[in-house]
Amino acid sequence: MPSETVELSGHIIDSLTLPKVLDEVMNYGGTFEIIEIAIGHRREDPSRARVRVSAPSQETLDTVLSRIKQLGAVPVVEEEAALVPADMDGAFPENFYCTTNLQTFVRVQDRWLEVARPEMDCGILVNPDLKRAATIPIHLVKKGDCIVVGHQGIRVTPLERSPERNVFEFMASSVSSEKPKGIVIREVSAQIRAAKKEGGRVMVVAGPAVVHTGAGTHLEQLIESGWVDVLFAGNALAVHDIEQALYGTSLGIYLEKGIPAKEGHEHHMRAINTIRRAGGIRPAVERGILKSGIMAACVRKSIEFVLAGSIRDDGPLPEVVTDMVMAQDALRKVLPGVSICVMIATMLHSIAAGNVLPASVKLVCVDINPAVVTKLTDRGSFQAIGLVTDVEPFLRELWMNLSS
Amino acid sequence: MPTFLMCPPDYYGIEYEINPWMDCRRPADTALAKKQWRALYDQLTTKLGATVELLMPVKGLPDLIFTANAGLVAGTKFIRSNFRFPQRRREIPVFETWFKERGYRILPLPPAACFEGEGDALPVGQTFFAGYRTRSDIQSHQTIGEILGCEVLSLELADPRFYHLDTCFCPLDDRTALYFPDAFDAYGRKVIETSVPEPIPVAPEDALRFGCNAIVVGTGVVLHAGCDELNRDLRRRGFTVHELDLSEFHKAGGSAKCLVLRLN
Repeated sequence: MPSETVELSGHIIDSLTLPKVLDEVMNYGGTFEIIEIAIGHRREDPSRARVRVSAPSQETLDTVLSRIKQLGAVPVVEEEAALVPADMDGAFPENFYCTTNLQTFVRVQDRWLEVARPEMDCGILVNPDLKRAATIPIHLVKKGDCIVVGHQGIRVTPLERSPERNVFEFMASSVSSEKPKGIVIREVSAQIRAAKKEGGRVMVVAGPAVVHTGAGTHLEQLIESGWVDVLFAGNALAVHDIEQALYGTSLGIYLEKGIPAKEGHEHHMRAINTIRRAGGIRPAVERGILKSGIMAACVRKSIEFVLAGSIRDDGPLPEVVTDMVMAQDALRKVLPGVSICVMIATMLHSIAAGNVLPASVKLVCVDINPAVVTKLTDRGSFQAIGLVTDVEPFLRELWMNLSS
Repeated sequence: MPTFLMCPPDYYGIEYEINPWMDCRRPADTALAKKQWRALYDQLTTKLGATVELLMPVKGLPDLIFTANAGLVAGTKFIRSNFRFPQRRREIPVFETWFKERGYRILPLPPAACFEGEGDALPVGQTFFAGYRTRSDIQSHQTIGEILGCEVLSLELADPRFYHLDTCFCPLDDRTALYFPDAFDAYGRKVIETSVPEPIPVAPEDALRFGCNAIVVGTGVVLHAGCDELNRDLRRRGFTVHELDLSEFHKAGGSAKCLVLRLN
């Protein structure tokens, strides 16, 4: 939301100038926040107030500012951000401003520009027209790009605390296995429902344990019922999901009986081979080779999925992106509109998703290992709430809550 | 006894239009204006015992007669006006020279903030009331408060016909002031009603006859003739009312108070 800080001074209390300015801000469609106020002690002492005025559009803000300027509320002279052209491809200029994942504004030509796509550990690129700004990852920098350097002319908005107490507040304190899980899962379900209702997208980051623990069907049902919009995973989740769909086993173990299959250790390689021969997951589903499971549900429901590989992968499956920089870019492409992300039983993919998501996206991290949540928050995704539990009961209960 | 600064209307006329009262098609009758001005001068000096100092009129500066807008006098300090309109900015060096020659310390205000002197700043007791928006900017008020070392309560002027505070607000003594409520918004009215111990509302017909643009000398109040209700109200409160015909000056949007600047 465009905003500007204004200052008022003088006998603004007794002359009712301050309340009048605040009333006028509202009358003209803006909102305000008093940042600072100093009241004179004696009658003749002047008072001073700093007020941040915001409006839904720049046009409304300009109207508000022009009106309250007549009442003595003058914009505080703000420092402009320093812009330097990148001197080479693939690197920022020295002293570049390193972003956080919070909503950020940059002061260019007397205007606060909102930085698009908040993401931590990036730079800020200002368009040549000087009217737009966005984060830019280091590898995408091109020589001549206009990059923000230093800290002047930058404003970062802290996350607002919700006036209502919710799970994202009381759970955020620490990671513990001794939390009332039923309540937390109910709250997570409510947050997913609320996100969908507001037009937000739900992202799931899932590790292969989802399949090994027999929770694959719950995730498949969530996808089939439209509760998931984006899936981010590695080769392993897809491989074991497809192995289960084709052979009924995961890592060679029959999921229904819990006993090893004969020659079961070959199943995952045979599954990979089948999909590679079909030309990929999507063609395999289209040709009727792959009929069930998480990945088949994604294809049927046209869910965007990104599979990012790793060095220990078997195969991999044709859709797996093995260049990590390309995988990060692919992930960035599917993020717009995501407002809640559920990370289930995968450390590296959770941290990777946390790295590129803005702080405004709610993160729910579910793992049997408390260290995963700790690592995620330690790496800057402080908005994550952790739930230490086996993933199967989590997904089962989540599905039950969302399907009821 | 007060001392006032006045300027004879030798070159007075309607040469431009910078307020809703001015109309170049309705010129002033200079001879009549001189007669009316002289009557005011005599009223203040001979009848009420005030001292009046004179500023030499200057050809081409028809509004120089409205000395109230020259600035604000505080002891030996002269807070010089920054006029809104260029037509009147030409008066600044004339006023400045007059005050300089008499040993006043000239205090200019920041050039970005308009301020039109006593026309927009009037004291009730220890507090100054200051008008803004039409001619003066609120930004000037804090500087004035700092120079005078007193509280300055800003009042937005809501009706362009009452373009200076002295056209709609007139302190009578340390506790009492006349005001025309409709010239202010709800905030301004509330400020006056809570900060002036005895505010006296003036009826619209008297306000439009410049009833608030009065000169106070002790308990004597000099104002334009025909403000009957206001006249009765003032007399009932123990003031002596001196009515004068100042109609020629109304053509420029001014009346009694606009023609004088208090020097002490």
